[in-house]
Amino acid sequence: MSADLGPVGHAVGGRRRWNPSLLVGGFIVALIAVVALVSFVWTPYDATLVDPAGRLASPSWTHWLGTDKFGRDILSQLMVGSRTTLFVGLVAVGVAAVIGVPLGIFAAMTRRWSSELVMRANDLLLAFPALLLAIMFGAVFGASTTTAMVAIGIATIPSFVRVIRSGGMQVMRTEYVLAARAAGRRPFPIAIRHVLPNVVSLITVQASVSFAIAVLAEAALSFLGYGTPPPTPSWGRMLQESQEFLFSAPRLAVFPGLAIAVAVLGFNLLGDGLRDHFDPKLEDRR
Amino acid sequence: MILRLVERTAVLLVSLAVSSVLVFGFLAVLPGDPARVALGVNASDEAVAELRRQFGLDRALTTQYVDWLTGLLHGDFGTSYISKAEIGPQITDRFQVTLWLVVTGMVIALLVAAPAGTVMAARHRKLSGLALSAFSQVGVAVPAFLAGILLIMLFAVKLGWLPANGWTPPAEDPGMFLRQLILPALSLGLVQGAVLTRYVRSAVLDVLREDYLRTARAKGLRPFPALWRHGLRNAAVPVVTVLGLQLATLLIGAVVVERVFVIPGLGSLLLDGVSNRDLLLVQDVVMVLVVAVLVVNFLVDLLYVALDPRLRVSR
Amino acid sequence: MSSQADRQTSVPVDAVDVVSPADAEASEAAPAVLTVRGLTISVRDLELVSDVDLSVGPGERVGLIGESGSGKSLTALGILGLLPEDVTAAGSVRLSGIDHDLIGAGERRLSRVRGNHLAMVFQEPMTALNPTMRIADQVAEAMLVHRTQSNRRTARAAAVELLDRVQLTGIARAYPHQLSGGQRQRVVLAIALANDPALLICDEPTTALDVTVQAMVLDLILRGVTARDSALLFITHDLAVVATICQRVLVMYGGRVVESGPVREVFTNPRHRYTEGLLAASDLEAADSGPVGTSEPVRRRLPTIQGTVPAAGHFPDGCVFRTRCPHATEVCAERPPWTGDQTRGFACHHPAGADDV
Repeated sequence: MSADLGPVGHAVGGRRRWNPSLLVGGFIVALIAVVALVSFVWTPYDATLVDPAGRLASPSWTHWLGTDKFGRDILSQLMVGSRTTLFVGLVAVGVAAVIGVPLGIFAAMTRRWSSELVMRANDLLLAFPALLLAIMFGAVFGASTTTAMVAIGIATIPSFVRVIRSGGMQVMRTEYVLAARAAGRRPFPIAIRHVLPNVVSLITVQASVSFAIAVLAEAALSFLGYGTPPPTPSWGRMLQESQEFLFSAPRLAVFPGLAIAVAVLGFNLLGDGLRDHFDPKLEDRR
Repeated sequence: MILRLVERTAVLLVSLAVSSVLVFGFLAVLPGDPARVALGVNASDEAVAELRRQFGLDRALTTQYVDWLTGLLHGDFGTSYISKAEIGPQITDRFQVTLWLVVTGMVIALLVAAPAGTVMAARHRKLSGLALSAFSQVGVAVPAFLAGILLIMLFAVKLGWLPANGWTPPAEDPGMFLRQLILPALSLGLVQGAVLTRYVRSAVLDVLREDYLRTARAKGLRPFPALWRHGLRNAAVPVVTVLGLQLATLLIGAVVVERVFVIPGLGSLLLDGVSNRDLLLVQDVVMVLVVAVLVVNFLVDLLYVALDPRLRVSR
Repeated sequence: MSSQADRQTSVPVDAVDVVSPADAEASEAAPAVLTVRGLTISVRDLELVSDVDLSVGPGERVGLIGESGSGKSLTALGILGLLPEDVTAAGSVRLSGIDHDLIGAGERRLSRVRGNHLAMVFQEPMTALNPTMRIADQVAEAMLVHRTQSNRRTARAAAVELLDRVQLTGIARAYPHQLSGGQRQRVVLAIALANDPALLICDEPTTALDVTVQAMVLDLILRGVTARDSALLFITHDLAVVATICQRVLVMYGGRVVESGPVREVFTNPRHRYTEGLLAASDLEAADSGPVGTSEPVRRRLPTIQGTVPAAGHFPDGCVFRTRCPHATEVCAERPPWTGDQTRGFACHHPAGADDV
């Protein structure tokens, strides 16, 4: 049965499908990156400039997206806020990858109790979500961008360990690794030369997906006041500040809300697209 | 089966012990002196020393830890350094509120995800499936607090159907309780539902490819009954795991939603504790949250075994 | 087998249904149970099975042989209407006693036929059963779906009896993972036979099994169909199996039936060059006709068919076998006509046993 159906499945013609997730996700992420870079050189106004005369202005030619309760320009704040979002995401994902990838590879390569120990510790860490960790860090060290980044990063480690471990275990079963082990190569060179290069695609996908989660966590933390402190603009805090004007100026919530949702959507799509790109067979499975 | 139960229970107990050390260590060892924090920077050294004695902070850390833990095991959460109030009753009160939110949110999430994910899988090549897929992708990108704000804007501000915030205990006024529960539970449930939908979809897609589904069709079952009778339980196995993990997210996600809707739940208690530097309170609440997550994951593991007979073989 | 007789008298509805003489068009001697005309199966624009005609008489046992990739499994799934998504079937599939064509029939009508008049045993027993359901329940379900047993209790009792009949006693409450491959295949067989189907299709039912249990499963299939007077369409690449259990055989290559006829005739006097090659490569005759115990085992090289089977849907026009056929000439670029009739015939320009080439 399977023999007869083999060629029917996905391999028809072998042509690569157009990958809309990758395209749209990549575009959104690139757009945010460009906006963040541009904000270093130019924003319509100083994002922190308070203008008591122009408070709560509606969108107009002078202020495209209007102003907030202090008269600060919304668009400028959004632009500068994208820096916070990207910075926190980058550092958090970096922390998670730098710790999680080696741990994952280690757990994949060692049998017995050491691997078991890593996985148990990993499961335990899952009981401490990013928000909880960040609040704890905030309680101890005082909330800041750093506590947010580190907390999100630590909370993201388990997902990296899991994904890299299962990918690494597959690599360990391949014949070239068996051959290398049979030839007496030490574990460390095998990890560097064989396992790591073969899980790079997994790392990329996981980084993109984790980035989306980090953006969500950062927004939630800023919303609660446990993220980047004022006056540095951040999308989550803009949303929080908008809450008292839900009746009078709902747009104050809509713009930063949209920014957060679009950013998360972008990174999620990018992750999905990358997954399809690396492993087209799985396109229907995600 | 028995072996697995014993093994799981052991893992749970060890996890509980380790996390209690982590929580205690993190909040009690790292920061400055809680007594000084409680009294403020200008307090005299004598007053601080007095407070330390009063709360037993002058004893060895191990003794403090053991005392704290034995207290917890007996349901005694200690007394706040700041308000001097018993912590236990506050936590029980607030936990009920959060539980209402989380459980209702979870039910909503399941009600959304199970049918939507199944349809998305069954029609994954058709327009309806793709449209639902895109919709869920957007849903995943909306954080719960944003969903809450949007729901308030629509149902409270624009339509005026439901209260924008607040909380009434069910015993006091059931009608008001329900009206105030709907929006926060929806904002938790819809967002979580969107995430869950994607897991349901991939689980059902996997099951649809299984040979036993074809066997069921060959018996004369039509596609949907075949999926219902043979696919659902099999698809439930991976979904249940995700549900367990999601409960952790929901419990903590409730913190933010409570803030949006001004609800006196465990999350607001935690945030108040942090801003008051009420470290014992924070320590207790964090511990309660972590215990809840660990216990839920333990239960999920047992449910797993109930769903999949292959796991019942004692290994 | 007396209990078998009891069972059949207790369910007379089916028996009457199956032999209803409605099907007049295919009547030669007795109306065929299954009549397939011009069955063509394709995925997008690729034809995987082309223009297959076949018929199976009541109680007849027909073999369908060919290499993997020849389209025999697809033919079976096409008859059942269980083709994978994206794969479509055209042509006509008629069952006697069913007043509509199976091709193009809706799920509602097809599901009444499947597992009732028409049942199938699949190749891979390890994955064919639901891992979360007790096996007796899976067997009982087949009868409950078609209401051949009125309630859960009697259906379960009947299921236990069916499992007994395939020599699985005392394991009704087991889950599939507790059984071996051979045992699972017997469960699948019990499911397929539960409603006394007019036709049982077996798709390489023993290929995935250990050699030691193959014979047993084959024996049970054979006993199952003879006890019920069910017709059998047996798909395999194993010529020896066809020789033992089938009366008639169809040879498929490249999605087409290239030769058909009584087993003895086809195997002793193959006409299509592909059949000839297949028989030579399988050493069936050496195994069969070698005088027992007289000589040393004959050590000679088996002739092979040169080249490899093209990918599905990429066979040449004209004669599908011409790229691998040592006798091929220009005329083979034209599709060879069918020589003979439905019961015995072949499609070859240069048939074996004729005096050319």
